[in-house]
Amino acid sequence: MSDPALLALNLAEARAGLARKAFSARELATTYNDAVAEAKPLNAYITPTPERALAMADAADQRLVRGEALPLDGIPIAVKDLFCTKEVLTTAGSHILEGFHPPYESTVTDKLWRAGAVMLGKANLDEFAMGSSSTTSWYGPVENPWRRPGDNRPLVAGGSSGGSAAAVAAHAALAATGTDTGGSIRQPASFCGIVGLKPTYGRCSRWGVVAFASSLDHPGPIGRTVRDVAIMLGAMAGHDPKDSTSAPVPVTDFEKALTGDIRGLRVGIPKEYRVDEMPREIEALWQRGVEWLRLAGAEPVDISLPMTKYALPTYYIIALAEASSNLARYDGVRFGLRVEGDGLEEMYELTRAAGFGAEVRRRVLIGTYVLSAGYYDAYYLKAQRVRALIARDFAATFEQVDCILTPTAPSAAFTIGEKTDDPIAMYLNDVFTVPANLAGVPAISIPAGLSDDGLPLGLQITGRAFDEETVLRVAGILENAASFRHLPSFLAGAGG
Amino acid sequence: MIEGRTREWETVIGLEVHAQVISKAKLFSGAATDFGAEPNTEVSPVDAGFPGMLPVLNRFCVEQAVKTGLGLSAEINLNSVFERKNYFYPDLPAGYQISQYQQPLVGYGRVSLDMPDGTTREIGVTRLHLEQDAGKSLHDQHPTLTHLDLNRAGVALMEIVSEPDLRSAEEAGIYLRKLRSILRYLDTCDGNMEEGSLRCDCNVSVRRPGEPLGTRCEIKNLNSIRYVMQAIEYEARRQIEILEEGGRVEQQTRLFDSGRGITRPMRSKEEPHDYRYFPDPDLLPLVLDPAWVERLRGELPERPDAKKARFVSDYGLSDDDAGVLVAEKETALYFERVAQRRDPKVAANWVMGDLFGVLNRLGVGLDQSPVAAEQLGAMIDLIADGTISGRLAKDVFAEMVASGADAAAIVEAKGLRQVTDATVIEAAIDAVFAAQADKVAEFRAGRDKLYGFFVGQIMRATQGKANPALVNQLLNKKLAG
Repeated sequence: MSDPALLALNLAEARAGLARKAFSARELATTYNDAVAEAKPLNAYITPTPERALAMADAADQRLVRGEALPLDGIPIAVKDLFCTKEVLTTAGSHILEGFHPPYESTVTDKLWRAGAVMLGKANLDEFAMGSSSTTSWYGPVENPWRRPGDNRPLVAGGSSGGSAAAVAAHAALAATGTDTGGSIRQPASFCGIVGLKPTYGRCSRWGVVAFASSLDHPGPIGRTVRDVAIMLGAMAGHDPKDSTSAPVPVTDFEKALTGDIRGLRVGIPKEYRVDEMPREIEALWQRGVEWLRLAGAEPVDISLPMTKYALPTYYIIALAEASSNLARYDGVRFGLRVEGDGLEEMYELTRAAGFGAEVRRRVLIGTYVLSAGYYDAYYLKAQRVRALIARDFAATFEQVDCILTPTAPSAAFTIGEKTDDPIAMYLNDVFTVPANLAGVPAISIPAGLSDDGLPLGLQITGRAFDEETVLRVAGILENAASFRHLPSFLAGAGG
Repeated sequence: MIEGRTREWETVIGLEVHAQVISKAKLFSGAATDFGAEPNTEVSPVDAGFPGMLPVLNRFCVEQAVKTGLGLSAEINLNSVFERKNYFYPDLPAGYQISQYQQPLVGYGRVSLDMPDGTTREIGVTRLHLEQDAGKSLHDQHPTLTHLDLNRAGVALMEIVSEPDLRSAEEAGIYLRKLRSILRYLDTCDGNMEEGSLRCDCNVSVRRPGEPLGTRCEIKNLNSIRYVMQAIEYEARRQIEILEEGGRVEQQTRLFDSGRGITRPMRSKEEPHDYRYFPDPDLLPLVLDPAWVERLRGELPERPDAKKARFVSDYGLSDDDAGVLVAEKETALYFERVAQRRDPKVAANWVMGDLFGVLNRLGVGLDQSPVAAEQLGAMIDLIADGTISGRLAKDVFAEMVASGADAAAIVEAKGLRQVTDATVIEAAIDAVFAAQADKVAEFRAGRDKLYGFFVGQIMRATQGKANPALVNQLLNKKLAG
């Protein structure tokens, strides 16, 4: 029943195949269950759910047979293990959520299941989504399915949605959910040679998603193509009264945005993104991107986003302040890990020391510090003011241009362990991605080429709030122009 | 003023009252809020601080808080912000309390106090804000473990902060009673201190009159007006003693030991230091529509001060009587039902006299009164239309209390109807005169004192049912004739 040939289909193609009954949802799910098992060395999944996948596929098959197919019927996907899934172990990649089986389903995954999607399992991630490498998980690091040619050292998949990105890239999922707080969808998409979209803040509900930094957390889709991501977004998006920050904006058919026509569109090229440390190959790729869009009839415009240089420190203050508070609930009292101690204080200390990894502890400490009496004004309050200025930069810019083209990350995937001793170098990975989180505007990463050592590099399109259509349309043009056909060295089903 | 060993001292008091909002659901979740439910049966995953759960503001609680603000003649802030107050404690599931800090919902207001000497004192209200209650730690269920009941966790509270305008324990008591009365009139808090729906923190300092404010101590979590007054009294004397011995008052958070009637400092572990407030990123700023606020203002029920003024002007009651009748919303409602279309002063006398006496004797509140307002009113009607005399009414009322029956039924059953037939009364007078001819002669000879004797004899002859006015009228005529 398992047919590795099916793994080569993208989501749109699989949907078409299911619709014309070229194969069943069960065949597809069986094939992907095998792929998930085969991809185990990548450690992309914390909890595979093969039985649930088959049950969901069978239900999809019944609807397909009756001609009552739902938009995502039979499509096997991975769920970042930050989304709470009812009665399925949900870990956030942390020891502290040991044994936690939520009694509820997150809004976004609930919408996906209601659209007919099939759950393959819970994807690995940086602990509490804190990281740019997916190496801080209690369940071990995720490996990128890509390797540098002639170099067998495992590479990071990027983070924090590294398991989701690695699974999609390795054909161990058709698509996946991710969350993006400072680049956690786009950077791993860039590192793994696939597409990742961070929607507008408020587009996808945060209800049931384990919080890292509430004002910056954006659930969004990861897929192999721009169209796949558009299809996923359509199922994930929508106003949710259970999330007070969810936007009452109607969901349109995002696939319809892929018209292939960007003539006359003004594309901003921000000079501030030419950072000193950026490799020449990324600068060159960016230039190619500008040319591709010009050839498609768009008009590149040099723009300035002067507050860009403050984005990273601003981000790390706000994100960690919120995280320090959001993670206070992991206290060993009601769920997850508890390490008994002599009295309450000691139970707290032992539980949190044992339950949180080094990066989470570091971030909770920094976040606690910046909110402390005497430091609040200098750090948190100032960061909020700068954040407002960054948002204003974008708003002003979008009066001049329709979208912005930049690289996604300042480098290709790096070797596992390479930057773990240097948190600052790790934080610099987010330099191009955090501004969109601070401003809440949509941004997408598309694989656009290979680095000199043969690894995927992404380009990023950022758009106006709630204008995912333009972002997707331009991304579609880039995708076509780049015609990125390279495949990673590890590909499920390829061994045949 | 408190007389110290060396000089007089002035006590300065500010109160922070936590008033539970009357609402079926919690401030940020749909869980129920009934008092006395089984532990942990009114808890949603939001209240329990489960991962990924998000607060959604209960608009009804906002309405209640705005009504309360309007009832305190306070400014309503059209823009306010919910913030997180961070500290670790097992009964605080999220590790932070959602509260309001820099931008509260309600700004400056005031409460007017009727002082025992007949004067009025205005007490400033600094602010009112909405916040979540915490759960309850139960330390007495197990020798070594603490149990948790999260039913209260997330219940909406209004924190009402007074200015440091109060000057004695007695004033603090009057302020609390008045505030509770206003909340009950508005139906925004039931004011039930035994159930914990009204709790109070007291900030107390002392100073020599005219000097700047002294160092204050905060006494936490007092759950009765009596304790508030006792705690303030003790704390003021404690501080005065320290100062008079040349010491310095240390700023402290203290607890009241109701058993010993003293305050003691909280252990340092009980006292959190840095709450790291910041705006809750899960909630948008609270923005109110001014038209909605105005609508609430228009719909606001009458409050005790206005009601008292109306009782004085419309019913002709004295200030004191009106004050007594409006102090509790239920009393005022009861009185008005009795007074409707009747003589208000008679109604007031019956309510404050006989009825309060009975309730006191029975130890019950108005809600359990054996005599309903309509019943008391109907009895007063029987006095007014001459069916019974005021004297008989006392017996009828006693019977109403005992049996719960209506006045008219009691009058019928016991034959208590007043005799207003002049011929019957005249016959009774004639009979008395015939039997007491010598006394009649004495009276006519100038012994005026015997008049009362005749009245008594006539009343006895009519079993007390003769209309007293008619008896007087006819007796005078006969004695003169």
